Amino acid sequence: MSLKLNYSMSLANSYGLTKTQKIASAVGMLGLFILGLALFNVQFPNKAMTLTFALTLMFIGTIWFSNSLYLDKSKGIKNDGVWFKSLSARGLIGWLIGVVLTLFYIVLYFYPQYLGLAQKGEENTGLVALFDPLSQLLSGRNASQWFVYGTLYTVAILVFGYKFILKYRHNRYEQIRTISVMFFQLAFAFLIPEFMYVMNNDLPYYDLKNIWPLNYYNFESYRIKAFISAGNIGLAMLIFGIVSIFVITPILTYKYGKRWYCSWVCGCGALAETAGDNFRQLSDKSQFAWKVERWVIHSVLVFVVLMTTAVIHSYLGNDTSKYWLTKSSFLILVASFLTLIFVGTFLFKREELAKDAKYGAIGYFVIIMSLFVLHYFSKDNSLFLFKSESLRKSYGFLIGSIFSGVIGTGFYPIFGSRVWCRFGCPMAAILGFQQRLFSKFRITTNGGQCISCGNCSTYCEMGIDVRAYAQKGENIVRSSCVGCGICSAVCPRGVLKLENESMKGRINPNEILLGNDVDLMDLINNK
Amino acid sequence: MEHIAIIGNGISGVTLARHIRKLSDKKITIISAESDYFFSRTALMYVYMGHMKFEHTQPYENWFWKKNNIDLKKGYVNSIDTDNKTLHFAEGDQMSYDKLVIATGSKPNKFGWPGEDLKGVQGLYSKQDLENLEIYAPNNKVCKRAVIVGGGLIGIELAEMLNSRNIPVTFLVRESSFWNSVLPEGESQMINRHIKNHHIDLRLSTNLKEIISDDNGKVKSIIIEETGEEIPCDFVGLTAGVSPNISFLKESKIETNKGVLVNRFLETNIKDIYAIGDCAEQREAIGNRRPVEAVWYTGRMMGETLAQTICGNKTEYKPGHWFNSAKFLDIEYQTYGWVHGKKGKPDYESHFHWKHEDDTKCITIAYHRDTNEFLGINTFGIRLRHEVFNKWLTEKRDLDYVINHLETANFDPEFYKRFENEIKASYNNTLQTN
Repeated sequence: MSLKLNYSMSLANSYGLTKTQKIASAVGMLGLFILGLALFNVQFPNKAMTLTFALTLMFIGTIWFSNSLYLDKSKGIKNDGVWFKSLSARGLIGWLIGVVLTLFYIVLYFYPQYLGLAQKGEENTGLVALFDPLSQLLSGRNASQWFVYGTLYTVAILVFGYKFILKYRHNRYEQIRTISVMFFQLAFAFLIPEFMYVMNNDLPYYDLKNIWPLNYYNFESYRIKAFISAGNIGLAMLIFGIVSIFVITPILTYKYGKRWYCSWVCGCGALAETAGDNFRQLSDKSQFAWKVERWVIHSVLVFVVLMTTAVIHSYLGNDTSKYWLTKSSFLILVASFLTLIFVGTFLFKREELAKDAKYGAIGYFVIIMSLFVLHYFSKDNSLFLFKSESLRKSYGFLIGSIFSGVIGTGFYPIFGSRVWCRFGCPMAAILGFQQRLFSKFRITTNGGQCISCGNCSTYCEMGIDVRAYAQKGENIVRSSCVGCGICSAVCPRGVLKLENESMKGRINPNEILLGNDVDLMDLINNK
Repeated sequence: MEHIAIIGNGISGVTLARHIRKLSDKKITIISAESDYFFSRTALMYVYMGHMKFEHTQPYENWFWKKNNIDLKKGYVNSIDTDNKTLHFAEGDQMSYDKLVIATGSKPNKFGWPGEDLKGVQGLYSKQDLENLEIYAPNNKVCKRAVIVGGGLIGIELAEMLNSRNIPVTFLVRESSFWNSVLPEGESQMINRHIKNHHIDLRLSTNLKEIISDDNGKVKSIIIEETGEEIPCDFVGLTAGVSPNISFLKESKIETNKGVLVNRFLETNIKDIYAIGDCAEQREAIGNRRPVEAVWYTGRMMGETLAQTICGNKTEYKPGHWFNSAKFLDIEYQTYGWVHGKKGKPDYESHFHWKHEDDTKCITIAYHRDTNEFLGINTFGIRLRHEVFNKWLTEKRDLDYVINHLETANFDPEFYKRFENEIKASYNNTLQTN
């Protein structure tokens, strides 16, 4: 018999949907279909009613589907048939959804007029117009393509969050975490910015949980002007933006690891954990992918730091008598800050850095500093060889749109749900750097209990080979871990636990595992 | 350069090879007829259930072996010429060695049932078993009912697997309650109920009489010993334990009993030949352990130990405190130290048992009747820390101490409901009524 039996072509056919689940799916699809009709400019008599109807159908369909899928089964891990289903195993349905999502993102970012966004002086049409009544209700203005997107994004997190909570109804960590991301999406990303606009329409749109550098445009000139001209509240928001990255983030990451943000608060994470849950197993676990990840994500971080520095530099003045922060004092500030981090890390954490991490850090530090020096001596207006405007534009296009949207979400069914978080997000890079070196968070392994089965690695959305650590009895301390807790949930032997404990003994490679001869363990492990 | 040949690429052989490589640059060859690369045997069930693909069960990427200079040889060893230190393969070729390690694992038990070699009748141990399962029980149209014979860990895993594809399962268990030769009665009965909740037709105190063939030499039905009832089925899983896979050694000079007989240094009667893992049998049992221990963890520990000996640091196999784990459908099980079921329970062993009202969580703590010394704990549905119990067993803590410090041993995920207070209250009540 052939040893190359293809399990994805297995005759397993018991994973089809029940009649109830099919009807429930049809109800949800009908809601989507109505939005599709709007896209093709079908004129509905009452837009408010139609939109309410469509969204209600989507809610009812998904909730009904989830209830039918999980509620009559016993509590526990529900991964039966994941690798047999077309949707979750890169089958035809997976690819089709990938293509549709990708096209949607391309239209959203680059051709919003096809969604019905009003050209100058005209009225919205199509899909965007369908959302006008809701936008009017919330903030008294017509919808934009971003309002449509934000609404659908929030709906997706809410309905699939509900499904996720049922799927893990034996697991309170997963439930509480999911309620948290649903709350932050609904309140902070969706409602509060609209209400803030109602209160003071000079304020720029600001999702308060969206922190620089994920929110790479936060310190651009038009936003700073808007913040300042909006008076105290604007100034408070600007200060909050600075404090959130320089004070709040380090404290929370030290205490809880980057999970406080990535899988409890962040909107990108929220979508990945809820709507993307079907695709978490598709992430690449190879060591090669890990190498690529380290270089790409840190390059994006360097890019965003340079870009933001250049942008802020471009609108600062030269005259210290007008304002204390001038072009040159700002540059000195940035350079000193980076030097402080670089030197501090090499002084205190040198032995925890892998070889390529050292090369990368030194390389990028040298490049950044020489750009600073070059600028200082050239007295040219364009900082870092390029104009700040072109840096900003290319970052927005390459990273902000293509990477985070088109690839990050559009490719969910192909590369898994956290491609952006793993390879692209500069916020994740900062949090990860801190999590690896200055945090109490780790995933503890339970003595010698690992059986190397591979469930943890398979279901890690970040592509971490969790098993490689667990089978050595070594704690998992990785920059990329977002602390979703699924590895711990799917482990059949109770080996993994997410914990915040003291920094001492946090990284603990073992040669001989617990359970063997005590003398041998002492001899080998403490050598 | 010394050549170490290892027959078997399971956890024992691979752990041994990895540790020899860490300690030396000896030439290492791992021989297997089963698979190209090491995979986790305990994970085969998840491949059938669709949780993972087969490649996910491989703990090391394929480049790992070449990078670490460990040779992999695919072949079946027919016989061993111990005088000339040569292996003879079924494929016709030969290989010489300086040191040989037998790590060939187990094979499913068959007890001479009529029809046990029919098509559609098999155990669940090897990769080939999994492939046959895909042929005879791919779905509930090809396999309208499956019968499982033998109520142990593999039996219940096979039941869970077939259940995941909606194949009706009849589960024949010889004992009066599931696995009660190992589990105390309260736990065993909780698992009985859990099995039935999953719509598995559990038949206790029931033996297999024979397996009936259809015209094509494939299973058609089975007959039950006690009642004579005939149950039509398309698949029979034989899961009444495993025994060492050593039939190829029969003609050799290596001394065997149930398994390959070894001393505490894992040496066989022939110089430079060792045996580890499921296939090894200790000449004298170690503590409460059985002479043959077919457990993942002991295989790994023997590999860790023997690597020392082979690399010049002669080391006795001295396993620490007993531990094990399993999962019964949705209920996780861990054990630390010794908690006995009916079979082999010493007179001095007493039990404290607590069960949660939802019938999916319970613990049993074994202690010494006279001294109150803590002997071991079984836990169902609550994760406990290996390290803490290992320490308490070494320190010979008493029952009171363990009950009062249970919270330090909890390993459940954050925000999980905790049961220490309930357990303590139950413990205090039991003491008062006694």
